[in-house]
Amino acid sequence: MQAAMPIEVRHLTHTYSEGSAFQATAIRDVSLTLEDGEFVAVVGHTGSGKSTLVQHLNGLLTPTEGQILVDGMDMFAPGADKRLIRRKVGLVFQYPEYQLFEETVAKDVAFGPKNLGLSADEIDRRVRQAMAHVHLDYDQYAQRSPFELSGGQMRRVAIAGVLAMEPRFLILDEPTAGLDPMGRDHILGMIQELHRQGGVTVVMVSHSMDDVARLATRLIVMSKGQVVAAGTPREIFRQADMMASIGLGVPEAARLCAALRGRGLMLPEDLYTLEELREHLLRLWKERGKA
Amino acid sequence: MEETRISVEDVSYTYEEAEAPALRGVNAAVRPGEFVAVLGHNGSGKSTLAKLLNALYLPTEGRVVIRGMDTADEQALWQIRQQAGMIFQNPDNQIVATVVREDVAFGLENLGVPTEEMPGRIESALASVRMSAFAESAPHMLSGGQKQRVAIAGILAMEPSILIADEATAMLDPSGRAEVLETVRTLNRRKGITVMWITHFMEEAATADRVIVMSEGEIALTGTPKEVFRQVDVMRKLHLDVPHMTDLAQSLREGGMPINGDVLTVDEMTEEVCRLLCPSK
Repeated sequence: MQAAMPIEVRHLTHTYSEGSAFQATAIRDVSLTLEDGEFVAVVGHTGSGKSTLVQHLNGLLTPTEGQILVDGMDMFAPGADKRLIRRKVGLVFQYPEYQLFEETVAKDVAFGPKNLGLSADEIDRRVRQAMAHVHLDYDQYAQRSPFELSGGQMRRVAIAGVLAMEPRFLILDEPTAGLDPMGRDHILGMIQELHRQGGVTVVMVSHSMDDVARLATRLIVMSKGQVVAAGTPREIFRQADMMASIGLGVPEAARLCAALRGRGLMLPEDLYTLEELREHLLRLWKERGKA
Repeated sequence: MEETRISVEDVSYTYEEAEAPALRGVNAAVRPGEFVAVLGHNGSGKSTLAKLLNALYLPTEGRVVIRGMDTADEQALWQIRQQAGMIFQNPDNQIVATVVREDVAFGLENLGVPTEEMPGRIESALASVRMSAFAESAPHMLSGGQKQRVAIAGILAMEPSILIADEATAMLDPSGRAEVLETVRTLNRRKGITVMWITHFMEEAATADRVIVMSEGEIALTGTPKEVFRQVDVMRKLHLDVPHMTDLAQSLREGGMPINGDVLTVDEMTEEVCRLLCPSK
């Protein structure tokens, strides 16, 4: 028998306000699988259904139709243990810092583990570890009010609260929205570490094709509530025309590569990072020198 | 002729109960019709500067002069706010009415504009941001970019000569960002509105007439986008990015390829690389 995938989304449809005048189908018949160890980026125009999709992955939204299986268990079957699933799948909302509420950073991060009924020692261990993951020094920040911190730091506190649940899957909905370049780099670096060193499977909704190009192992492209393409960044970013047709761009390196090929330069058609483009251009330059 | 539309003279500002000043000895002069981008990481003093420009804050030292009016002059306060309109980051915090047209009218009522003059101003403001078709819509049904355009229309209806945008695109998706920037660009070109565009997006700053880079309450760099972004190492030290193409240009130069240092965009890079490598026709 074939082993079940860690997360399987089967024929998922979600209709908001069903039966009312505002009825709107946000996603329609979406099927996909997520494997352990992946870093999946979900991209799409605003309103394409990205957030609706990821909010199903930890059971925050209930499907109108279809199923979601986590480790083979149907999350929405009668009697399913949703709490167990939420421990496996952590969701970081857009602007999660709006939901901080405790007096101190440590208490805020401890909120989830406390609800699990863990021992005080275990809660303390988890809080320290989660704060270390988001690069907030425990001695310096644990007893401070989260509301005195900078926007980027507040967001890291909110992410630490999700990490303290020790999820195997970390779902992030536009984790860098509204941050300055330093805050953006910090959050993305931290997510990359969690993926590479912490073994966490990451699903990230993003609008930045350049970030996605650098980080993701696989892309899911959504448009009008459906998955219109899925594949490695290289497979997706060579389809600049398809991306443009649904209102999305490709990384600048991919655009430059296409423009230079259009001018007759001998470059592979699927370059999409600045580093690989640099290597190819420098090689051409050296060959030119020898000729 | 008016030489300077915004004049910031030796301005320092310290928040109440703060130890260190948020701004220190800042000097800047903005010409009529200029589009100036202001960059800097959080805490660099960008937003403080913005709030000094329409008298939300008054300088602790020095003075800010808007079209000849000192912002410390209480008599001129409403005239200054009418001249220098401001839009903020969060589209949802700036809309007060339940119908787009009424939201645009809100500022006019505050200014005491005669009722018979209002419809014309509202129509023209909505047309300028291409939102006429939504005059009767509910703001909460609009996209983020559309809401920001309504906020801009609310300011335009007051017929300002200066628009100050404090990270007005930070919460928008790429198409919303492009739509708002293009709207403001057009107002700048067609109506000659002076723009102070505070942003974290280097690509947006790359299209400005001039860039001011703030760091620790002071102006660290100023110049055209090319003059500023060619200083890749200084920008890095200030924890700021440079446009991707400027970055690539620098790394190609380090690899021995004589790429011009002023490259900011994909189009410029295409021309530069082609100059060196493309097959001749």
